[in-house]
Amino acid sequence: MLGLDKKDTLMLLVVTALVVFAPILLNPFPAESSMAQFNAGYPDLMQRFVIFGILAIGFNILFGLTGYLSFGHAAFLGVGSYSAVWMMKLLTMNVIPAILLSVIVAGLFSVLIGYISLRRSGIYFSILTLAFAQMSFNLAYSVLTPITNGETGLQITLNDPRILDGANAPAYPNLFGAQMNEATTLFFGGWSFTFSVGYYLCGIIMLLSFYLSIRIFRSPFGMMLRAVKSNQQRMNYTGLNTKPYTLAAFVISGMYAGLAGGLLASMDPLAGAERMQWTASGEVVLMTILGGAGTLIGPILGAGFIKYFENIFSKINEATLEAWFAFLPAGLEDFVVAIIYPFVGKGWHLTLGLLFMLVVIFLPGGLVEGGQRVAKLFRRRDRQTTDAEPDTTRQGQIPPAE
Amino acid sequence: MGILEVKNVGKRFGGLQALSNVNLSVAENSVHAIIGPNGAGKSTLLNCLVGKLVPDTGSVMFDGQSVLGRKPYEINQMGISRVFQTPEIFGDLTVMENMLIPCFAKRDGAFQMNALSRVIAQGEVISKAEEMLVDMNMANKRHMIASSLSRGDKRRLEIGMCLSQQPRLLLLDEPTAGMARADTNNTIDLLKQISDERDITIAIIEHDMHVVFSLANRITVLAQGTPLVEDTPDNIKGHPKVKEAYLGETQAA
Repeated sequence: MLGLDKKDTLMLLVVTALVVFAPILLNPFPAESSMAQFNAGYPDLMQRFVIFGILAIGFNILFGLTGYLSFGHAAFLGVGSYSAVWMMKLLTMNVIPAILLSVIVAGLFSVLIGYISLRRSGIYFSILTLAFAQMSFNLAYSVLTPITNGETGLQITLNDPRILDGANAPAYPNLFGAQMNEATTLFFGGWSFTFSVGYYLCGIIMLLSFYLSIRIFRSPFGMMLRAVKSNQQRMNYTGLNTKPYTLAAFVISGMYAGLAGGLLASMDPLAGAERMQWTASGEVVLMTILGGAGTLIGPILGAGFIKYFENIFSKINEATLEAWFAFLPAGLEDFVVAIIYPFVGKGWHLTLGLLFMLVVIFLPGGLVEGGQRVAKLFRRRDRQTTDAEPDTTRQGQIPPAE
Repeated sequence: MGILEVKNVGKRFGGLQALSNVNLSVAENSVHAIIGPNGAGKSTLLNCLVGKLVPDTGSVMFDGQSVLGRKPYEINQMGISRVFQTPEIFGDLTVMENMLIPCFAKRDGAFQMNALSRVIAQGEVISKAEEMLVDMNMANKRHMIASSLSRGDKRRLEIGMCLSQQPRLLLLDEPTAGMARADTNNTIDLLKQISDERDITIAIIEHDMHVVFSLANRITVLAQGTPLVEDTPDNIKGHPKVKEAYLGETQAA
């Protein structure tokens, strides 16, 4: 289907189903129950899941395929956000032009940065991209204040010209009149599920980006990018100049980041310089590696995982813990709470860090590799019970990237 | 006038004169071997031919055009393919993908994404890669990851990748180094077959005399950065100067 083989089609369908039913799947607990704080099915967070999913998918096209580790991807995210807000200030609150402009501007910006940074590879490339991103961050705070509005961040106001919008046009980001924050809540027994316009717009765009990334991975172009990662020397001695390939990958990946930035601004029309900070660049690296660099679905998993931790895990406070362990004798309860407390709530970074270390040490292929190992374990057990046929055809083969 | 003309090439690394006054002419469709003891400058010479190093003096002409100042990928596009001492293949990719890449690149080396022309030509490229896999006797290993191949198969794959570009000159840097005897003999047979069946010139740098004398029809002996003699294999075998500089040592040892 759509030029994909059976396996990829299946994966695309699974991801589509997850995106469509996320408002239900992510709200497994009744709204009034004590577990309700683990519900992630509210529009703001779901939007973050898919938007950072887009960012990670794009990052993976560069890092996963060519092996070039960019430490400055947040710069494109920030540039995308600023462009989108400017479009909404000047032209219209419709998000389509805003998103298009953010992709284009981020693309141009990444041509510039990529052209210079890709003169080097390995750690030097990473440092160059990091330097560019930090430069953009600091410029946004200082000399570029007329464009970025400095520390306050760029916001929309009622006085903005918005030359394409009529007098009665909505003053909130919208898609031909449907406002991004519009939502319907469905009550079902004790459960409540919220379906918002903004989330579904982001979701559809994420699915399109995901489909495009599958096509890139499976194309001859994607094969060339993997070849760059594998052996640049052989590429050169095969008459191939690697630079156009790496630059194309860099720009595509920058445009994905710009798209993510534009969507962030479309969901919440403000843009601040902190979006470009190096910690933000580091976050997307974490997402990709945690999920599985070079795999198709890994970056989405990683993005969801980290955003869930950041927003949900961090909300577990001392009172919640005490409620959980109330059944223990008083002294023991205090002890258990004291032990667990540093790992949750404000200490969520500690858990994430430990988890990241575990993944890198034991599962270099990320969460996807973890999933594959579990699946293999089950398959092997299956085979042992059903038939003892030797599987010779599989020898020496590795499963293609998921 | 040979297909490859090296004139007065010199290269100095700091205090070491690696090459001086190297003159070499490789005739079209011949198998030309360059031999010499360790440190004679064989690899330096080869690197000067493919653009990895730029010689300080002299000229290197391939088919009437200078290769000096061109980048390795440009020199490859002129029709020179190189096989490395340790096989340089795409270790993370499958054997078939390894073969596809030079087939996609061909000689034009142009930047092509999944453009329409390429989609149409894709079937052609794939069947060409298949053909080469069959020629290299590796069709049954097509789905294997290249890094899991044996040393001999890696070499075979690398040679196949170079051949699929239809180069006019194939440069081999110690193609049998570190190989078991059986693999060495296989490689010799393969190279013999290639030079017999194809319209190709082969220049080979080799340590193993067995390989050199079973393949080459012209031999240049390099010692201390300069060519000592150039002659047919039979004459080289009996040449007193060569015995002294090179063969004599190995016989004594």
